[in-house]
Amino acid sequence: MIAAKTVVHALALTPAAWLGWQVWTVSQTGSDALGADPVAEIEHRLGLWALRFLMLALAVTPLRQLTGQAVLVRFRRMLGLYAFFYATLHFSAYLGLDLRGYWTQIFAEIVKRPYITVGFTAWLLLLPLAITSTTGWIKRLGRNWARLHKLVYAIGVLAVLHFWWLVKSDIREPALYAGILAVLLGWRVWKKWGAARVGRVTTPSVSRAGVMPLKSGNGE
Amino acid sequence: MSLRDALNIPASQITDEAVYADRRRLLAAFAAMPTLALSGCSDAAPPPPPSKTIVTPAQASSGFRTTEELTRFEDATSYNNFYEFGSGKADPSQAKKTLRTKPWTVLVGGECAKPGRLSLDDLLKGFKPEERIYRLRCVEGWSMVIPWLGVPLGPVLKRFEPTSKAKYVAFVTLGDPVQMPGIRYPILDWPYREGLRIDEAMHPLAFLATGLYGKALPQQNGAPLRLLVPWKYGFKGIKSIVRIEFVEKMPETAWHASQPSEYGFFSNVNPNVDHPRWSQKTERRIAGTASKLFAERIPTKLFNGYPQVASLYAGMDLRKWF
Repeated sequence: MIAAKTVVHALALTPAAWLGWQVWTVSQTGSDALGADPVAEIEHRLGLWALRFLMLALAVTPLRQLTGQAVLVRFRRMLGLYAFFYATLHFSAYLGLDLRGYWTQIFAEIVKRPYITVGFTAWLLLLPLAITSTTGWIKRLGRNWARLHKLVYAIGVLAVLHFWWLVKSDIREPALYAGILAVLLGWRVWKKWGAARVGRVTTPSVSRAGVMPLKSGNGE
Repeated sequence: MSLRDALNIPASQITDEAVYADRRRLLAAFAAMPTLALSGCSDAAPPPPPSKTIVTPAQASSGFRTTEELTRFEDATSYNNFYEFGSGKADPSQAKKTLRTKPWTVLVGGECAKPGRLSLDDLLKGFKPEERIYRLRCVEGWSMVIPWLGVPLGPVLKRFEPTSKAKYVAFVTLGDPVQMPGIRYPILDWPYREGLRIDEAMHPLAFLATGLYGKALPQQNGAPLRLLVPWKYGFKGIKSIVRIEFVEKMPETAWHASQPSEYGFFSNVNPNVDHPRWSQKTERRIAGTASKLFAERIPTKLFNGYPQVASLYAGMDLRKWF
């Protein structure tokens, strides 16, 4: 498990490390590693990785249900935290590299520009999820923890919308993420409906079993 | 010294700026000569653009030149919005040289006495190419400073003798999906269209570019003929022009057709009128060799710092006519 987690950490940090290396070379040698407009490239890339990790975190439950590999759940927290990590870097790059001396402009931008409003809201909603991701908070919040963390669905929608609205006219790339999100959320809706239907005709306990199918499955 | 001899001077021998400036003047003349192959000038390693350009006060006040630091050639030719070759900034420069710029003909028609289909050489025949250093402000909030080669638009248009009905000039980009792979996707309503009011088109700053940095225009910058209206956002500078038409009514433009609420017909650079997605108050200048990572934003100026065009819009509400 430790080995597997180390591998995931290493993979998850690779984009940040690669970007960090490129930023360093650009600042030291003025190289073209990040293109003509490095600030835009940094922002874009960090945002994209935030979105990717969000989608990965959201993919854990469907994948677990499909494969029956309960062990996958152990990676969900790190994937979610990496989404927060990249989203925070993305936001910091916008404030610190893009707006720079005009950082107070952020308030006007949040109010005026729907895509920034939506992106900022997504980051803001990630904040309590990241804070309450510790084992202590999970115990303290009990059932409310799961309720709170359902926010991730809204965050997913807001993040995709943020991307969609900032694109001028070629929506193919955000549409790809919208499609992935639709599958990930659609799966849950379908499961819930399916479980409810099954629950009506058989016993109510089936729907609860649907949440943790493997624990009981292994015992039989 | 003949032109060819001048061009054969190795770059290493060009030591001082005056020589370089002179070489650029020669290259400008050279670029305009259709019978000579252009390969000669691209084979010679071009010296890096000087950080300071000699600008006379007259040039500065006319807006034809600026002392501001130039964008590097590499940046101006690798960071382009030219969706006909893809919507990524690097796509147009990475697209294999699919665009055939020779032969190139331009169809000029509409409300004029002398319409015609002309080769590019005929269109520009008799005009002395000049170099102009213009600021280019993109609606996305970045800007560049680029030395262009070309001719003023007004005199070229006057040759076709526009009639009194010619209130506007419409331009159309080539729309060939074979040469322009990006056209296969309906990102915009192809072919790309742009337009100017006739008095805007006749303004001395309106320019038809055929080159940059003393070289022929690369594909990604709108080869072989593009429009420059430096007081407007970059997308008004339509690229790879194949048609020019004098019209009575305000022509539809590609971006306006795509998002009428975001892109107006005039699209003058104006820090007081925001685009729904980008603040236009400030811009990120992509220029010079200093670190672009930590460059400060600079305030955007009305009409991109070309106040001499203000009279064109006297009495107009620029919030309504954005």
